[in-house]
Amino acid sequence: MVVDRSRLPELGPTPAFRFPSIVRHTLANGLELRTVEHSSIPVVSLVLFARGGLGADPPLREGLAALTADLADEGTPTLSALEVSDALSRIGGDYDVEVGADAIAFSLVTLTRFADRGASLLADITTRPALRQEDFDRVRQQRLDRLTQLKTVPQALAEKAFDHLLYGAHPYGHLAIGSASALAAIDLDQARRFHAAVFQPSRAILVLVGALSHDQLRAVGERAFGSWTDTKSTDAVQIAADIEPPAASAVRRAIVPRRGAAQSELRIGHLSARRNTPDYSALMVMNAVLGGQFVSRVNLKLREEKGFTYGAYTGFDWRRGLGSFSLETSVHTASTAEAISDSLRELEDIRGARPPASEEMALAKASLTLGYPRGFETAEQIARSVASLALHGLPDSYFAEFVPKVTAVTIDEVVRVARLYIDPARLTTLVVGDHDEIGASLDRLGLGEWQVLPSEL
Amino acid sequence: MAALDLPFVKRTLPNGLDVIVHEDHHVPLVAVNIWYHVGSKNERPGRTGFAHLFEHLMFEGSEHHNSGYFEPLQRAGASLNGSTNADRTNYWEVVPSNAVDLALWMESDRMGYLLGAVTAERFETQRAVVLNERRQNYENRPYGLASMAIASTLYSPEHPYSWPTIGTTADLQEMQLEDVHAFFRTYYHPGNASLVIAGDIETERAFDLAARYFGELPTGPRPGQVQADIVLSGETRLVLEDRVELPRVYMAWHTPATFKPGDAEMDLVGDLLASGKTSRLYRQLVYERRIALDVSAYQSAREIAGYFIVAATAAPGHALDEIAAFIDDEIQRAIDGGPTDEEMERGVAQSEAQFVYQLQTVGGFGGKSDQLNAYNMFLGDPGYFAADLARYRDATRETVKAAAANLSLDKRVLLSIVPEGRLELALSGSTPVSVS
Repeated sequence: MVVDRSRLPELGPTPAFRFPSIVRHTLANGLELRTVEHSSIPVVSLVLFARGGLGADPPLREGLAALTADLADEGTPTLSALEVSDALSRIGGDYDVEVGADAIAFSLVTLTRFADRGASLLADITTRPALRQEDFDRVRQQRLDRLTQLKTVPQALAEKAFDHLLYGAHPYGHLAIGSASALAAIDLDQARRFHAAVFQPSRAILVLVGALSHDQLRAVGERAFGSWTDTKSTDAVQIAADIEPPAASAVRRAIVPRRGAAQSELRIGHLSARRNTPDYSALMVMNAVLGGQFVSRVNLKLREEKGFTYGAYTGFDWRRGLGSFSLETSVHTASTAEAISDSLRELEDIRGARPPASEEMALAKASLTLGYPRGFETAEQIARSVASLALHGLPDSYFAEFVPKVTAVTIDEVVRVARLYIDPARLTTLVVGDHDEIGASLDRLGLGEWQVLPSEL
Repeated sequence: MAALDLPFVKRTLPNGLDVIVHEDHHVPLVAVNIWYHVGSKNERPGRTGFAHLFEHLMFEGSEHHNSGYFEPLQRAGASLNGSTNADRTNYWEVVPSNAVDLALWMESDRMGYLLGAVTAERFETQRAVVLNERRQNYENRPYGLASMAIASTLYSPEHPYSWPTIGTTADLQEMQLEDVHAFFRTYYHPGNASLVIAGDIETERAFDLAARYFGELPTGPRPGQVQADIVLSGETRLVLEDRVELPRVYMAWHTPATFKPGDAEMDLVGDLLASGKTSRLYRQLVYERRIALDVSAYQSAREIAGYFIVAATAAPGHALDEIAAFIDDEIQRAIDGGPTDEEMERGVAQSEAQFVYQLQTVGGFGGKSDQLNAYNMFLGDPGYFAADLARYRDATRETVKAAAANLSLDKRVLLSIVPEGRLELALSGSTPVSVS
């Protein structure tokens, strides 16, 4: 049969997809469990979420949550740091810690036959870390040295400065790694107290996903974490989501000078939405039209039409409290001013001057909904998604409801949420780049004064 | 451990296209994955970076879909990407199972009917995009130029691994639209490609679709294998200034090519030296003495030849000469004694687990479809999965020790990367280099 190349083939009917079915269970000690049966590949994924991420860092102790989390695999009462590492490699374990805005996520992927050993190791390092002075000193020094290295990473400079501009002194306003002065001020006792306050069964969520039955997965969780008891800590854990951030950044245009930089690192945005906003679906569609994927407006303009960059994207930083909406890209130094002006126009236009065309809506909605099952292929993907539902208080039916909700979003709604959640008058534009080269062209944009920020982390 | 396998069926179309099908019905997704046996090793000096720039043009439209490649596929819920390295160029889509026809139509159209869609304007834009990719990933990234400085010394200027896949800026600026035609005719045809269809699809239907969309495309001559000799007669010490805070030393050696005897063992040598806190270099340099911030050691296996890298960043107040001396001691100890039984167990357990984890995804970089194509292109046998795993399971203390002998302390390239204006921080006896 000859191929008809006069038009693209039609899609067949959308395949049915069964979203993971989540079973909940609460252990006697208060620990919430979620289990999902998945796949025949002999792999299990465990994710432990402890509520209290970088937003729980006390003032002037930025970096405490991340430092404490980093110390987990540095030893237990019975194992040294080297023995923990050895035990993890013997089960082919893939161990990872991520410090988010509202929680710390510990993740372990291992082979099913090592499920119990893996779970027991994860329980030991998260609930009973040794927190020894010598390990503390070594790890803190490593993190200080890492900060030194980050001074030469333009993305890190941009992220740090942008967070600070948007949040000011709010507890969300720093990188997880913190600052050199704060790290230097943290001592072992503070890490111990932070651990005691944050790591309690009643504050945590354990998700187990893999090639075992719900009952087996639950039993694995129970055997490993069942003896975890509440600490007697009386220290309150700061909840950043409950603290009101500044209404708008005092600085709207700023540059971090980087002499001789081949490119300018660009951030444009402001604080915008919480993860649990009822407008979430409409915002996802709006973002997909504007800058969420390769074929979105921003990337087509800055990369495919102008050749200014290797890629340009927009996105929401979803947190329990107010997170940012921002445009991020890295552009050729000579194109910096024009890239800023093009970006600002795109952020303005979607609010009404150029609402999404029905074609754009169809594309955005189709890619979000038809592509949704791709996020449920591996045990780890599922475990992280399930943990995230629990963190944000979203229902277990959330996955199944995502597609119909996105499908129902209209053009009017996208314009409404664009007007509500993107405010050109509040946008802050940050450039990390060669000030000598681009200063004059930035001034010619006529946006107002540019504040020069120190290029320190 | 239970028998692990990656079952498949392979047939070759009359026009020479290898088609490999693997069924996995866990999730209603199908991976389409195409490898072309062309990379930067097929370029020549003065034209470097062409294979990669060409990859970009493959996403700009073909004759029957003369606009962006991403749009119809993202509309169908696909994720997609491509990449170029020294040896091959790959392209993949992961699509919902109702969009396999679309993905195959699109891939076959750009394999057969690209040239009419390549315009001067698209060529110029993608040249600019690639120059930005180069600035972003190499020039504006700390230590980003290390790989280029090493390659240009490890290999003679004629050797196809001596230039970077991204190309030199001068070559990228000189490239001509006309060169696209000859390149396409030589390398982009069914006889120089391999297609994997993997996932939620029946095997016979997958072959029918492959024949239907690709069968009409004319074949071309299979390009000859690129051959090149490598010689490294002594030790070369170089220093490169970069915008970094802390100096770093790189050591580089020639090692066996991919899938050749000793290649898997070199992976295990890498684990022995720098994987996890209990590895010899990490423990010595980072954990106990704290003279380095980080250390890595890995085998990079390629088609003509492999190379092995050890790299360590100096902790503040410590000199690269001091760090290199400890690294040299540990390397010599590995050459003389090989790994312990315990180290072998750890290394093999980690390797085995990685093989299992790899079976979790049908598509994308490193998924099952990509792996089937790697085996097919470099070995002519997509069924190499079990044998590949056996390379690691069957490694012994003796074979790993023998492989470690590749890391001769007097035949290697040593590169110091130091903060601008601080040449005195380099390993002693280093000569300044620049990277174009």
